[in-house]
Amino acid sequence: MTSIRHFPATHPLPDWRNFGVMLRVLLGINVLALLAALVQTPDLAGWLGHYVELAAIVEPLLLIALGLLSLARDLLWRLPLRLGQALVLALAGGLAAGFFLYTRALSLIEGSSGWRSALLAMAAAALLLGYFELRSRAFSPAQTEARLAALNARIRPHFLFNSLNAVLSLIRARPQQAEAALEALSDLFRAAMRDPGELVSLADEISLGKQYLELEHLRLGDRLAVDWQIGAVSLDLPIPPLMLQPLLENAVYHGIEPAPEGGTVQVIIEQRDDELHIAIANPTAGQAQHAAGNQMAVANIRERLALYYDLEARLEITAGTNIYQVRIMLPCRRRVHP
Amino acid sequence: MPPPGSSVSPLKILLVDDEPLARDRLRTLLGDIAGQLPSEVVGEAGNGLAALAFLREQPVDVVLADIRMPGMDGIELAGHLGSLEQAPAVIFTTAYDNYAVQAFDLNAVDYLLKPVRAQRLLTALQKIPAVPHPDPALLASIGREVRGGGRSHLSCHERGRLLLVPVNEILYLKADLKYVTARTVEREYLLDDALTHLESEFAERFIRLHRAVLVARAALAGFERAAGDDAEAYGWALLRGVPEKLPVSRRQWAPAKALVKNS
Repeated sequence: MTSIRHFPATHPLPDWRNFGVMLRVLLGINVLALLAALVQTPDLAGWLGHYVELAAIVEPLLLIALGLLSLARDLLWRLPLRLGQALVLALAGGLAAGFFLYTRALSLIEGSSGWRSALLAMAAAALLLGYFELRSRAFSPAQTEARLAALNARIRPHFLFNSLNAVLSLIRARPQQAEAALEALSDLFRAAMRDPGELVSLADEISLGKQYLELEHLRLGDRLAVDWQIGAVSLDLPIPPLMLQPLLENAVYHGIEPAPEGGTVQVIIEQRDDELHIAIANPTAGQAQHAAGNQMAVANIRERLALYYDLEARLEITAGTNIYQVRIMLPCRRRVHP
Repeated sequence: MPPPGSSVSPLKILLVDDEPLARDRLRTLLGDIAGQLPSEVVGEAGNGLAALAFLREQPVDVVLADIRMPGMDGIELAGHLGSLEQAPAVIFTTAYDNYAVQAFDLNAVDYLLKPVRAQRLLTALQKIPAVPHPDPALLASIGREVRGGGRSHLSCHERGRLLLVPVNEILYLKADLKYVTARTVEREYLLDDALTHLESEFAERFIRLHRAVLVARAALAGFERAAGDDAEAYGWALLRGVPEKLPVSRRQWAPAKALVKNS
């Protein structure tokens, strides 16, 4: 089983291939360029013009540096931290100096010195490295895992006690069904207590979801119908645990239980390009007051997605008049981490 | 408490729960304790509305009602039952409702925690004739907490019968000298509730137009100013579905128009 001991944010040297990291680097450097332009221009009118001139130099350098860094990501992670950081600094300085010499050879720029641009680039890189190191401390593995554990361990007490009540009523009349229900219940609890840092396969998560819905079906009878639409996806794809089940629980709690006639929960799992899409829809039963509870469960999953994937996973909500749909999109590649 | 084998007729019980297996469980347990307390399950219902429909046809001694049910929950059911002349006793069942359970404990209202135990059920049923019906104000506050809003139906008594008026069909509520009237597209109903209570219970749904008038936001079609110095109203509100106009007081004119514009 794959583990993500290292979440995207927990290494002091960032994952240069992560979209969130790239975005932060691009924004950070451009803010620095804006500041530099402000320092260099005597009046505000020339500020933006000067920034554009600077950007023409900074942007190509930055993109080249990011490209090289993402190629060297795994190598950098294998080195001692300080050596890795020094290499990143050297790369920034070296690139800047090289770029300066190259443009001077083409006589695009006059004056100044290669040392100056190298130092500026290294200072900017040092600032960013410092930021990423501080950020990684805020997301230390221990804290991230504790946070994840707290977010994972939440089975609704209502569901637990109602299920136990249903099982008790089955014991005398239909003992085999009672056994199956208790087995499903224990699998659910095992899943809720599992190490949240370990990824599970999509197939496991789907079977957990099915077991959960079996239990709900026991309680709700014909009021609960489920429509599974599983497209062409590789079922051994690793995903974070408890992504599907809480959303199913939400759909049943807010969409089916409040409706006297019940309804259908629709689950769509499909692969689109490099993304795994999981969409869960339930009828709203005209229950606007349930919105607050819904938001809480969704906020929980959103936070966990951020901890696992930073900006690379998304969660979208479509709240129509009759239908409430939550869609999560995960990058569906196998993560390689040190 | 009749001794075993006595000729006293068994307690007539109605089971109300949206989960069939939960009703089965209660039925089994009632069978288990039949030696100590004879009882007869005369009916089952999946929610409060179905329970009230059943009770219209056949009276019972005890209603065992789950708190959370779709359509009409157990708390609201108990409230409507309390307005009947010969109300059956109510014992609530719940899997987990901390707020309700605490309130019940404080106010000596009996309840059963799921999974229900036979001994606990027996004790609760043995107390039955002595237990007063839960206080309406208590039920209102628990109901607000459990369902996050007001009731689904208002009750109205006509010729000794309990009529239920679905709140989402009410266009407006109007207080006359003695009574509050609720207007739906079809007809009017005389209610037992006071207008001020209704205003706070359904603050989301109704807005005040006048000292004596609450209107459903969704029913408002528009406003028009009263001609000249009309003593009765500063302006009039027009409604969807019915021809009547409702008076708007000078005081409520601006806030009502603003509320409608923003919604």
